[in-house]
Amino acid sequence: MTKPTAPEVYRHIVVPASIEKAFAVFTERFGDFKPAEHNLLAVAIAETRFEPRVGGHIYDRGIDGSECRWARVLVYEPPTRLVFSWDIGPTWQLVVDPNNASEVEITFVAESPERTRVELIHRHIDRHGPGWEAVADGISGDAGWPLYLDRYAALFAEGS
Amino acid sequence: MQTYHLEDEWAILGDRTRRAIVEHLAEGPLAVRELADRLPVSRPAVSQHLKVLKDAGLVTERAVGARRIYRLDPAGVAALRDQLDTFWSRTLAGYGEVIDRSVEEAK
Repeated sequence: MTKPTAPEVYRHIVVPASIEKAFAVFTERFGDFKPAEHNLLAVAIAETRFEPRVGGHIYDRGIDGSECRWARVLVYEPPTRLVFSWDIGPTWQLVVDPNNASEVEITFVAESPERTRVELIHRHIDRHGPGWEAVADGISGDAGWPLYLDRYAALFAEGS
Repeated sequence: MQTYHLEDEWAILGDRTRRAIVEHLAEGPLAVRELADRLPVSRPAVSQHLKVLKDAGLVTERAVGARRIYRLDPAGVAALRDQLDTFWSRTLAGYGEVIDRSVEEAK
């Protein structure tokens, strides 16, 4: 079965810093480089925090104190590896079922004592699919639907 | 398609009215008038937003008699993937800048 678009995003960047520093900046200063328009709160963001532990969250805190926890930290292995869930669906709402969340893995590789390669993969983006399609009308005649429903069914098969 | 190709997809959904339109369409297909009835904006404004969403590949339209019915594009996963691709390229670029700055400060 050919897929129109692979449900993954790969990105990498090489930074002029030690692996420890590259890891520390990524986690401690996440809010300093995350694009500002990425905001599910009703108000402006006062602070974004990456909680440095498995079971922690990445969350935005608004200027009125409201919070949005939009990622769960799944792996925290300084200074080499991070995995967190991506709990934001296509309609910009938090996913209710963790099975509908995608996943981001960041790997830090020391190229030299002062150069680090940071590799990012955002995978299982199609896990957001069932939510997207289930909320659309269930008509079967449109092109594309059989494919999506197959994938939807496949998720139950592998998930249970 | 061409017009908005260079526009940031996150910015497209960053607009509250457009997000509201997508949320309404998530419940089922709607005509422009039905959307305008549910939103605090005029019909021409809804049409404008729908055009942006359509060009971004987030909604599709279909003529039913004299009405145009809009629905979420089933290829939304591809659209989401594109959004995330843009998000991460911007985030990593910002990360690189923060690293550069903190390396400068350490000197």
